[in-house]
Amino acid sequence: MLRFLTRRLAGALMVLALVAVLVFLLTRLASGDPVALLLGDQATAADIARVRAEYGLDRPLGTQFLLWLAQVAQGNLGDSLFLQRPVTQALLERAEPTLFLAGFAVLVAALIGIPCGTAAAVWRGHWADQLLSGVAMLGASVPSFWLGLLFMQFFAVKLGWFPASGYGDPDTPLLERLHHLVLPALVLGLLNSALIIRFTRASVLDILSEDYVRTARAKGLPERSILLHHVLRNALVPIVTILGLTLALMIGGAVVTETVFNLPGVGNLVVRAVLRRDYPVIQGTLLVIAAVYVLINLGVDLLYTVVDPRIRLEAK
Amino acid sequence: MTTLQAMGRPVPAWRTVLERLFRRRVVLVATVLLGWVVAVAAVWPALSSADPSAIDISARLHPPSSAHWAGTDELGRDVWLRIVHGARFSLLIGSVTAAGAVVLGTLLGLLAGYFKRLDAPLMRLVDAMMSFPDILLGIALVAILGPSLWNVVLALVIVYTPRVARVVRAATLVLRELLFIDAARALGVRTPWILWRHILPNLASPILVQLTFIFAYAILCEAGLSFLGVGVPPEIPTWGTMIAGSIDYADRALWVILYPGLAIVFTALSLQVLGDGVRDLLDPKLRKAA
Repeated sequence: MLRFLTRRLAGALMVLALVAVLVFLLTRLASGDPVALLLGDQATAADIARVRAEYGLDRPLGTQFLLWLAQVAQGNLGDSLFLQRPVTQALLERAEPTLFLAGFAVLVAALIGIPCGTAAAVWRGHWADQLLSGVAMLGASVPSFWLGLLFMQFFAVKLGWFPASGYGDPDTPLLERLHHLVLPALVLGLLNSALIIRFTRASVLDILSEDYVRTARAKGLPERSILLHHVLRNALVPIVTILGLTLALMIGGAVVTETVFNLPGVGNLVVRAVLRRDYPVIQGTLLVIAAVYVLINLGVDLLYTVVDPRIRLEAK
Repeated sequence: MTTLQAMGRPVPAWRTVLERLFRRRVVLVATVLLGWVVAVAAVWPALSSADPSAIDISARLHPPSSAHWAGTDELGRDVWLRIVHGARFSLLIGSVTAAGAVVLGTLLGLLAGYFKRLDAPLMRLVDAMMSFPDILLGIALVAILGPSLWNVVLALVIVYTPRVARVVRAATLVLRELLFIDAARALGVRTPWILWRHILPNLASPILVQLTFIFAYAILCEAGLSFLGVGVPPEIPTWGTMIAGSIDYADRALWVILYPGLAIVFTALSLQVLGDGVRDLLDPKLRKAA
């Protein structure tokens, strides 16, 4: 068990280190000088050189990377070139809408995906299965911003049920802020439920062919309780994994939806930073987003071994 | 062919393969739809001299009619014509991305799967790249490369290569241990030839499935990038740039975003149904169960 743990941890650490290198190289290979952009057309070459030295941009690449890594290790992601504040502060300010959005979207995806996927598996080959599997594929074929725009036109502009965009100031009541999230969370949740439907279907089909399900049927248990207690309970383990990973991917991957609904979230922060070549913000956010993904992945893996001892034994 | 026969799988002639593929009606419909999209994109601009970027201020935001099948946009341009011309670019981006990612990903996956020493480093790199959400990595890469059609394609190839590599590696790991590979090795067949002649043909099914899926994802991702303003330059009419350019008019003239979006949905859906059909057809496990 301990060997498995250390091996898994070492793997995760290596991925994290590679992520850091990738993030650093990504921003440094970029064309366009952020300092020239920051200072504008009027800046002289001497001004640019001074500011470059101030931000450490004149040192060799390897030194810059190590300096940056040392800072990151202390929880310092540097200062934004344009927002006049530390990257960590900018990230924290943007975290609320993104986390709520991702959380609600995963909830919607689970509430639609798990029942639909289970139904498709139980009625395998039936027209209902084909319909649900078709719907799942449709969900994976719709661009999120397009669905968002259509929802906005219908539910916000035409019916006026929800605000069309924005998130409200920090001092508006939480409920009102959450009201702004209903449409974007629905859009994201609906589209992501496609994956959950397919995954649940496969997972439930897998369990349905297990010996203990046949035994339960032979004992004469009602189909309903077999499904609830024997099948779903076991099928849920991998499904929860996928839900966790979906949540992790949504923290940075909701960029498009955030932009459609003009939510001041993390994705929005990255897009703006990219358009202005705000290196520290791009670096910091990409690093945090990827790190969250790696850590959730690790956590889910470890949780797995606790829930299911077979995995632990196989790893030996 | 020898390798396939060695595994005890009869090699079906192309006709029987197609017959089996199209036994599922949906797959047939998807293929026909896809063929229609490609045909219209290829033939229509050649036959009709109408200019998709012809501006007609007197016909701004006209609803769909017999003159303008899908209405006109904010500059009076014909939306249908632009969808047809945009199809060329969207299909080009999708197909080149899929081909590029499949070639690179297959190469990486083969190396990682066959050579034990390369496995861990290559796969950690793949893991690291897959820790970024697709669209975010796409944005960062386009920002670095600069927004142009080919840079978007290059960025998307980089985004989707790890996905293919992972699938190919998993399949290669299984194949490597099979008896016919051992036999080939014992006979003194050189490693590159084993990879090319004995392993690669057996990877055809997962690669084909990935090809169709990445084709679809690339069209979707390009649209997302264009919408965010970090994709293809707006003067090139892809389905993504069409929607992105007309968003402000969606409340008065829904058709300016509705129809290009539907083009994306139909194409992506057809590709995924086709990919699913191919998977069912070629996966011996599923075939037995059916």
